[in-house]
Amino acid sequence: MMASLANRAARIAKFIWSGWAGLAGLAVFSSVWQFGAEIYGSFVLPTPAATFATLIRLLQIPENGMLVAATGGRALLGFAVASTIGGFCGIVAGYHPAVMRLARPQVTLLLGIPPIAWIVLLMIWFGSGAGTVVATAAVAALPMVFVGAAEGILTRDRALEDMARMVGLSPLRRLTAVAMRQMLDMLFPALVMALGTAFKAAVMAELLANAGGIGGELANARSSLDVEAALAWVLLSVFALLAVEYGFLQPLRAEAEAWREAARPWGVRR
Amino acid sequence: MNLLELKSIGHVYLGRAVLDGISLTVAEGEMVALVGPSGCGKSTLAQIAAGLVTARHGQVTRSYRHSAFVFQEPRLLPWATVGANVGLGLAGVATSRREKSDKIAAACRRVSLDEADWQKFPSQLSGGMRQRTAIARALVGDPDFIYFDEPFTALDAALRRRMQDLVISCVANTGAGGLFITHDIQEALRICHRIAVLDRRGQGILDCVSVPDAPGQRSDELVFETARRLLRDHPLFSVVEECDERRIA
Repeated sequence: MMASLANRAARIAKFIWSGWAGLAGLAVFSSVWQFGAEIYGSFVLPTPAATFATLIRLLQIPENGMLVAATGGRALLGFAVASTIGGFCGIVAGYHPAVMRLARPQVTLLLGIPPIAWIVLLMIWFGSGAGTVVATAAVAALPMVFVGAAEGILTRDRALEDMARMVGLSPLRRLTAVAMRQMLDMLFPALVMALGTAFKAAVMAELLANAGGIGGELANARSSLDVEAALAWVLLSVFALLAVEYGFLQPLRAEAEAWREAARPWGVRR
Repeated sequence: MNLLELKSIGHVYLGRAVLDGISLTVAEGEMVALVGPSGCGKSTLAQIAAGLVTARHGQVTRSYRHSAFVFQEPRLLPWATVGANVGLGLAGVATSRREKSDKIAAACRRVSLDEADWQKFPSQLSGGMRQRTAIARALVGDPDFIYFDEPFTALDAALRRRMQDLVISCVANTGAGGLFITHDIQEALRICHRIAVLDRRGQGILDCVSVPDAPGQRSDELVFETARRLLRDHPLFSVVEECDERRIA
């Protein structure tokens, strides 16, 4: 018990420590941004420092926090809908080749339709509101989750299934304890991509449907040609995405794939 | 009493008959080896007997209470620890949490897995330890019949011998029945009470030979001499040494 807790604490500490690499990457990005700002001037591209100052100023207004939360909530709801429907359909398609053959062209179709087309259609069908934003995020993220889940089930190790049958696991337990655990290999990268897509689609839908949130504020910044505010809102949207990904999705992945860390050979652990 | 009875089993794979007219019985407390050249359908027959594959023809009668299967590869869940993998063997058995952990510990000790290894993942174990974990998973549910499908093929000679001793002490001499698939006559002679030879094209059991003495009581000289005699004098056993699968296909 104590060893297990110590293991988990070590994994969390390692995960937090690995954040330095991300910060170093962001520092490189900021330096390139600063270089661009010095070339083009603050009207076209404000400096990172000025943008961060604007961002802090925006965050000091309580209503703005609500706007970020609204966009985050809509994106997350769309992501949850896409994960549930896409995951379920992907599992069914992974188990049944006939369903997979029927579903593949539809996935290609969904991937081929740009999110902006969905926004227009959904605005016509449901009007300008949170529903349209959530639906756009869900439609944009769904094909990725479907493909991840279906491929994960399709490429599962059948030998493990035979073993599970022989030890007497019920079909439901074979699905949850064996097939779905293998599916995670493909599903987690798909979920990370789907989450990012859901956030992008939600902001875009808010902007075009005038549905408030970060997208609404971006529309306001555009109309007043306030580049600093526009960049600050973009950064807030990215931070919201990073908070969800690294606060929820990646720790979940690290927990589910702790065995991979153990499987790495000595010398290449980090 | 027969724990397993196969009657006129036949199976077709991609339009080609891989097994035909196979009949075999395994009595209570008896370990039967099924030998034959590579690709003759031994594993398919074991899977049909265990219920993993449905036979095209024939009848399988299973009279045992609880069975287990040890595959050629350990087939451990890579994300589960040794303890959790062994615990899978109790999936079909109703036990309390405490009882379950006691049974897992007992099974691990039976196959000489150190307590320090119980929390390790399969990727942290050697090949022999993985196969021992697979055997512990098979033993933990206290089965009265165990299928072994060439479980020690990938192991080196010394380790294979240790694993054979493990099967003798944990299964062959405990009253449990079993079907042991192998193409190694010496392995069959060490572990089993009876050896059945499968035709190179899976067209029936060619012969069944009883091995004198009980498993574990046979000297190395006896095993070596018997293997040499069977391969030299018994024309049916000569097929076991064939290893060109293309000739069979």
